[in-house]
Amino acid sequence: MTSSRIRGTGDRSGPLRYPLLLVVVFLSAFPVYWTFMIPSRTNDAVGQLPPPFLPGGHFLSNAARVFDTVNFGKALMNSFIVAGTITLCTLLFCSLAGFAFAKMRFRGRNALLLIVIATMMVPIQLGIIPLYIQMQELGWGNRLISVVLPTAVTAFGVVFMRQNVLQAVPDELLEAGRMDGCGTLRLYWHVALPALRPGLAVLGLLTFMQAWNDFMWPLIVLNSENPTVQVALSTLASGHYRDNTLVLAGTALGTLPVLVIFALFGRQIIGGIMEGAVKG
Amino acid sequence: MTIATPAGAARDGHTDRSGPDTPPPRLPGPDRSDRTDRTDRTGPPALRRAARATVPYWLIAPFFVLFIAFGLFPMLYTAWISLTDRDMLRPGAEKFVGLRNYTDLLSDDFFWNAAGNTFLLMAMSSVPQLVLALVLAHTLNARLRGRTLFRMGVLLPNITSIVAVTIVFSQIFGRQFGLISWALDTVGLDPINWQAGEWTSKIAIAAMVIWRWTGYNALIYLAAMQAIPREHFEAAAMDGAGTWRQLWHITLPALRPTIAFTALVSIIGQIQLFTEPLLFDTSPGSVSGGNSRQFQTLALLLYEESFRLHNFGYGSAIAWLMFLVTVVFAAGAYVVTRKSSRLTRGSR
Repeated sequence: MTSSRIRGTGDRSGPLRYPLLLVVVFLSAFPVYWTFMIPSRTNDAVGQLPPPFLPGGHFLSNAARVFDTVNFGKALMNSFIVAGTITLCTLLFCSLAGFAFAKMRFRGRNALLLIVIATMMVPIQLGIIPLYIQMQELGWGNRLISVVLPTAVTAFGVVFMRQNVLQAVPDELLEAGRMDGCGTLRLYWHVALPALRPGLAVLGLLTFMQAWNDFMWPLIVLNSENPTVQVALSTLASGHYRDNTLVLAGTALGTLPVLVIFALFGRQIIGGIMEGAVKG
Repeated sequence: MTIATPAGAARDGHTDRSGPDTPPPRLPGPDRSDRTDRTDRTGPPALRRAARATVPYWLIAPFFVLFIAFGLFPMLYTAWISLTDRDMLRPGAEKFVGLRNYTDLLSDDFFWNAAGNTFLLMAMSSVPQLVLALVLAHTLNARLRGRTLFRMGVLLPNITSIVAVTIVFSQIFGRQFGLISWALDTVGLDPINWQAGEWTSKIAIAAMVIWRWTGYNALIYLAAMQAIPREHFEAAAMDGAGTWRQLWHITLPALRPTIAFTALVSIIGQIQLFTEPLLFDTSPGSVSGGNSRQFQTLALLLYEESFRLHNFGYGSAIAWLMFLVTVVFAAGAYVVTRKSSRLTRGSR
């Protein structure tokens, strides 16, 4: 039994597997490396053939130029506010809805859950024109709230949290809480939420990164005076001449937060994606 | 050793928990106790019960309120705007024009150009991406040393923003000092002006999409592969099937629904391809997708018509057509999945 498991599906195809994977990882990592290497050089060095392959010492001076050229400090702060708020709203709303769908019985539950799933297939980006008009009429044009609200809750998050509640919150625990006189909200807060911590962490990480990277809608509704990081980067990149070390310094700075998150929590993020795949 | 039967143990458990005065054992599930629990609060019981019955609806309300306000309503309103002549700069001056925006679209060369580019790019990026992802997932599906590191390496492109991807790939594909031009030069080939060509520009954009999404899809496939019972592979191995034949005869059939799902997600994403063609353009502020619109997509044309030329009606017609195409593809994927699940059920 054990020996046949160890031979398993793969190990016999040995010799090619590791080289192939190393090539893939190299191809994956190289553009990211390039994003950080180019701005560590001067434009003169980058404009030569062959291009330099190793980092130099000019990253900080190029990074400083980013802050002089566009409103990058504000962009960073806006992106943190937007992505942070979207993440908190998503965690709260999705865990509440997931809790209701998983543990409460109510009229129309299954039909409503199906509607939630169906909305995942609707490309809401196609509603941007009325959305833009709506935000102008509400007086929210160029304000962060118009970026936050449309993505403050996702169908994926609701379905993901429902699965998590089903797995992580045993009925017995809720029953015991009920006996102690807890209402639904207190059950959610004191019984369900603590058990949901790992799932919330994964959903939070995925949501934050997605919100940080979102581009089309912020580009439309915000102007370059009040940008997110991605909008500021697009302003940099469409400048009148391409200052490569400047543009890539901004790109590197804008990528750094998600890279740090990925380095710290990569395992959980991968677990979340693969878990979501099996259920979806 | 205990002599208690399972039934006895269960009864013991209940007396422990509920004491002598409580009604007979309840079924698990808070919904049921919702109706029977009378230990807390004051006020008329009927009112309390009615209030409690609405609780689940309050919990799911945020999703539906936000979806209706910022998802469903804009979608439907798009259909209405597409039947009007509406200028972004003159709000309130719209007038109903029936299907004119649509008939104009169908005779608009820019529209057909953008539609052709969108579908070409869709094919050029989705197919290689999903095939590579399958091969990669198959390679990852083994007892690997440094498993987490390999998976992280594979997913790395997906966590970078599309803006960042496009910027760095534009540098790498740069005509004069780009890495690829240099590589071509060292093997004696002429450098290529990637942005200018009808095909080269599409190859570069497809490369960005493939780079960003292959690893993500590989992880999805890997998850599905690991759900296949090991015995299937062991039986095949005993029959002498090598790893690639196992991929073809066992893995692929089992993965058919997953493949249909990833293909659909990829196609929906491709219909809306926007950031890459917007930022790959080298002329400052251009939204035309290259000098001769060689890589303008539908989403970019929608952006140009609505937010540069201020034709909200025309832009809405494009959006609505894109939505219809999406629905057609989603229905197709649904049919394929249904058919394949019937096939697998039949073969069991």
